[in-house]
Amino acid sequence: MSKEQISGADALMRSLHEEGVDIVFGYPGGAALHIYDAIFNQQHIEHILVRHEQGAVHAADGYARSSGKPGVAIVTSGPGATNAITGLATAFMDSTPVVVISGQVKSNLIGTDSFQETDMIGISRPIVKHSFLVQRAEDIPSIIKKAFHIATTGRPGPVVIDVPKDLTDPEYKFDFDYPKGVDIRSYKPAKEGHSGQIKRAVKLLLEAKKPVIYSGGGVIQDNASSELTKLATLLDFPVTNTLMGLGAYPGTDQKFLGMLGMHGTYEANMAMHNCDLILAVGARFDDRITNNPDKFSLSAKKIHIDIDPASLSKIIDIDVPVVGSAKECLDQIIEELGVQSHKIDHDKLKPWHEEISAWKEAHGLNHKLLDQKPTGGKILPQQVIQSLYKETKGEAFITSDVGQHQMFAAQYYFFDKPRRWINSGGLGTMGFGLPAAMGVQFAFPESDVACVTGEGSIQMCIQELSTCLQYGLPIKIINLNNAALGMVKQWQDMNYGGRHSSSTYEDSLPDFVALAESYGHVGIKVKKHEDLESAMKECFALKDKLVFLDVDVDPNEHVYPMLEAGMSMEDMHLSKEIKTW
Amino acid sequence: MKRTVALLMENQPGALSRVVGLFSQRGYNIESLIVAATEDSSLSRLTMTTTGDQKVIEQITKQLNKLIDVVKVLDLGESDYVERELLLVKFLHESVNKEVIKELNGEIVFENNELLNIQFVGTSKELDQVLKDLESSNPLEIVRTGASGISSNLKTLTI
Ligand SMILES: Cc1ncc(C[n+]2csc(CCOP(=O)(O)OP(=O)(O)O)c2C)c(N)n1
Ligand SMILES: [Mg+2]
Repeated sequence: MSKEQISGADALMRSLHEEGVDIVFGYPGGAALHIYDAIFNQQHIEHILVRHEQGAVHAADGYARSSGKPGVAIVTSGPGATNAITGLATAFMDSTPVVVISGQVKSNLIGTDSFQETDMIGISRPIVKHSFLVQRAEDIPSIIKKAFHIATTGRPGPVVIDVPKDLTDPEYKFDFDYPKGVDIRSYKPAKEGHSGQIKRAVKLLLEAKKPVIYSGGGVIQDNASSELTKLATLLDFPVTNTLMGLGAYPGTDQKFLGMLGMHGTYEANMAMHNCDLILAVGARFDDRITNNPDKFSLSAKKIHIDIDPASLSKIIDIDVPVVGSAKECLDQIIEELGVQSHKIDHDKLKPWHEEISAWKEAHGLNHKLLDQKPTGGKILPQQVIQSLYKETKGEAFITSDVGQHQMFAAQYYFFDKPRRWINSGGLGTMGFGLPAAMGVQFAFPESDVACVTGEGSIQMCIQELSTCLQYGLPIKIINLNNAALGMVKQWQDMNYGGRHSSSTYEDSLPDFVALAESYGHVGIKVKKHEDLESAMKECFALKDKLVFLDVDVDPNEHVYPMLEAGMSMEDMHLSKEIKTW
Repeated sequence: MKRTVALLMENQPGALSRVVGLFSQRGYNIESLIVAATEDSSLSRLTMTTTGDQKVIEQITKQLNKLIDVVKVLDLGESDYVERELLLVKFLHESVNKEVIKELNGEIVFENNELLNIQFVGTSKELDQVLKDLESSNPLEIVRTGASGISSNLKTLTI
């Protein structure tokens, strides 16, 4: 059979199709024009035109996080490529499978400071899992194959493919042949955990009297939620999730302690500090969790399961490190526990569960704020999240931006399923929420998708409202409007004598309702507590419309609990007045 | 603590910058670095000396291993190994005593009536001493390659 001769640009699109890609997010420009013509000439892949390349990468990222499939973005050289950088860094910090294809100037112009030339490989190097500069058009299929393999396996991460314009020239054609498999000699991620380590881990699990399971984004990435839940049930262990891990364990379950860390619940942080065993799965002991590593959970033995060997004993010394995929390793542990099931003793954990319940009783989050009329007159941001939870019955996909609103969403919305909570945990990128929500809505056109944001963050990628109009995306934007960079202001209140240096802009905010309307969407303003629930209802009743729900919330509210810097996990501010130390 | 780490990487553009970039990105030191192609033209071998405690070295080797272009990493300090470095020094004739050079195991590799180029080979530590001993001879120029190393057992850094 004679092979078909096609151009590099067509080969690129064909290769993406071979990888199962059916949607890409992008923005055209000179160096990418051959690619854009190839996009025009095919039917399999839909191209979504964003309004800023940052939006393209975040949208691809949101698509990937919610669906578990890799997200793809296409940008042009120079400014297109540099605009994609924040998106890449965001994906890198949260280990999400995103492939960014950037146009590059023609090969013979590289290095000459030619128009719209930028060293994309160089600029993106520290924030990608890997990158490729295509050197021959014929290499495009095999590079795409490798790129998707690298982005989606092991510890996932973003991959850049930089394509000089001459290599996508429609005049130059070659035999297209998509590789069946891929073999990279220097890249063989582990799957199964070492059986000796699994046995050691099981021994500690069976001995523990005060255990905690601390799980992170890795469990979600690896689709290991059911294994995690099974293990926790089998052992009757309490579970806490990181900001990235919410939804990996059912948020409404009795044994769930809520989120841990910087703004974690009192009971989760107390349990971490006072336990005798931590089973960490797909989490990385970062500084937002451990607080001062020298004071971190000193009496606990630690088991750490992670796909990335470099995460083990990086910050905290681990007693039993296990390299492998969360799913496989949890399965191995469950299997081994099956053999030793006679040694499982729920009774001995009773005092520990009681201790935890007492903590929760004393200082747990108040999840019944919604009906209380706020004393200061202003709606509390927590109430908005509770109303959102109530209205969506906990079933919505929630994306978020960065700030107080993000923490309130993480604390007060219960996620019972994985991949429902989509936020920039590692990089903390304001502007992520709306474009990420677009990606989610494309992956799940029939589902409710809400973006919990702040009036600061939403303005960082507000231009995507236009994209949402073009493609009819009925996203619900829930703006917790405190007329300030609330999280910054909170830090200034707590650590800088209340000096609000450049964190307020009350008199220069746009009329968000009018703004939404000018983009052809619906805007609703809520100022009073009694209007909140009906507005929320109306918002979700407008099934086919993007609704911008702009809620004025109490600008003086702080996020608590909050860990005190430099101290241990049990040292928390619980309110403006109360601290635990 | 000084450590020598050797690695094999794909002989491809960009591979070296990923390795070097990793060091600055993660705040590790590079004291010296040597790279050259190997007998297998698809691979380059890189040897670097760095400083750090055991935990840092472990992180360095793990992070290096994570780079897709890095095929294999060996922390030479894990077992016995031989380290060698080349030192070239230039002197004016009148300032140097050939007897001293001989005592220090130096080899004259170039000479004219004005100046001499002398080569020394040894461990980095030995060469530090050589340079101290040569201070009074006022060297005009000094150049060191940085250390290279090979393990002195059956463990090999090959694929
Ligand atoms: C791109 C970017 N710039 C700056 C910051 C630092 N930062 C973190 S939270 C925050 C305030 C966010 O304000 P807003 O979106 O209104 O949320 P709020 O805290 O008021 O709920 C800022 C400026 C960031 N995370 N991202
Ligand atoms: Mg705000």
